[in-house]
Amino acid sequence: MARKKIQFETIRLKVPVKPEDLVGLKIGTVVYLDGVIYTAREGVYKKLLENGHPLPEGLTDLSNANFHCSPAASINADGSYNVGGVTATASFRFSHWMADWFKLSNAKLILGKGGMPVQDYLDLFVPVGAIYLTTVGYGTGALLGRGIKSVRQVYWLEELGNAQAMWVFEVENFGPFLVESDLDGNSLFEQHGKLINANLDKLYEGLKAPALSRFGETDDRKDELI
Amino acid sequence: MIKQNQIEQAAYQIMAKAAIDIPEDYRRGIENMAKWEEGELSCFVLQTMMDNWDAASEDRRPMCADTGLPRFYVKIGNEAKLESGFVGLEAALRSATARATQDIPLRPNRVHPLWRTDHNNNIGINAPEIDWSFEPEADWIDITTVHKGGLFGTDYRMLFPGDGIDGIKRFFLDTLIAFGKRGLACQPAIVGVGLGGSKDTTMVLGKQAACLRVVGNRNPDPKVAELELELKKLGNSIGMGAMGFVGTSMVADCHIEVGFTHTGGMPMSVHTFCLSSRRATVRISARGKTEYRGDPQWFTPYMRRESIEWPEKKYSSKQSG
Repeated sequence: MARKKIQFETIRLKVPVKPEDLVGLKIGTVVYLDGVIYTAREGVYKKLLENGHPLPEGLTDLSNANFHCSPAASINADGSYNVGGVTATASFRFSHWMADWFKLSNAKLILGKGGMPVQDYLDLFVPVGAIYLTTVGYGTGALLGRGIKSVRQVYWLEELGNAQAMWVFEVENFGPFLVESDLDGNSLFEQHGKLINANLDKLYEGLKAPALSRFGETDDRKDELI
Repeated sequence: MIKQNQIEQAAYQIMAKAAIDIPEDYRRGIENMAKWEEGELSCFVLQTMMDNWDAASEDRRPMCADTGLPRFYVKIGNEAKLESGFVGLEAALRSATARATQDIPLRPNRVHPLWRTDHNNNIGINAPEIDWSFEPEADWIDITTVHKGGLFGTDYRMLFPGDGIDGIKRFFLDTLIAFGKRGLACQPAIVGVGLGGSKDTTMVLGKQAACLRVVGNRNPDPKVAELELELKKLGNSIGMGAMGFVGTSMVADCHIEVGFTHTGGMPMSVHTFCLSSRRATVRISARGKTEYRGDPQWFTPYMRRESIEWPEKKYSSKQSG
């Protein structure tokens, strides 16, 4: 039985986004982006937030979309860039930098893998009017690669390496992403996680526990490990 | 005589094939899962992934920008002759990795664990890993590359014989659920289970089971094969699908590899390959002819060391006589 292709509500957003663009945007909506986005992850956060290095001049006017990712890219002999694709990396690891990052960068879109804990949305995202967009399947590197029209600038490439440098991309029809958190801090992952958790006790019913337990940080399977 | 530059060229080609073209067996497995997936978001994810694989093949660009930790599995025929020996073979694989990283391009993922030094070529101290194996009465070499993400979805536990199948099922579920939330493990994927050996053997067997056996392949031991299917079904009954959304798509297939272990123990590992399961194999014949394929054919009877001596017939003839 061949399934029909599922169509979800889909919108395009122009980056930098304006505050009103995000109003009413529902979790689970499919999003494509046009404009300028930049990558920033632990290398950039450390450099700017811990070592106090300033943001590249003009970046905040150009873009307010921070993608947690690194590209599959190389530098040609003539100094131009060859970008194959981009794939997100898990965002929860960057949680402790986000409060300062929002202050410094004025970012309104955080793009990445797997979202962040709901408490982060409530404490950090909602107060500054930011939302989180997750990539789909986490491996749509080729589709996202198609949406990159050019490399506008790369910062700290020598110092941080390809994977950790800040890449500034011009993008068109760049996606798909799913709205994971909205302006109220609702989370798609949290909603689905709750539904799945309801089934877990039944799943383990009748399976006896191993003889040797493990020290651990949690023994509740309903917990998340992030 | 197999020449070093033939090995280098062939290894370069499989690096590109692995990065760009999803293996056929795996694609069919995911297509099949998408047909039955009733969770709408989970199904949307699978359909989008298939679009992504089409885009990768059409554009000749990597399907996933996370190169993972690109590595090699080499099987050398006992009669194969290498122009530059094993050291030359390894040099060819390192050179192919660096060239492919620049040309495809691949993300240079490999960094020093402490200083985070990146040579921008996926080469470094103890990297890329090469697993070596041999094959009796063959004069070819097989080289497989695997590009597997490595941050989530893998775990190890020492179980004991008394824990039985229940213990295996529980740890299997624990690993899938823990890393499946929010889809950190990039499921659905082929899940490999290592059982037995010493701790390092358990880890290696589970990893190879996930990465080097194709969807639909079964362990030759009928009871182990049955357990593979049981674990697959169990994983797909969690209620979780792609990206940790409500659904049923967790395990594209389950492969178990076993090794004789300590009489008191039953160590177990679980390895989740990627939703973009990237692998490609080439065979280089004694005359230097290259044949590319998707199935690594890694677990031969010799590989599993199913008898005391090799070839097996020597031992079995003594036994029957």
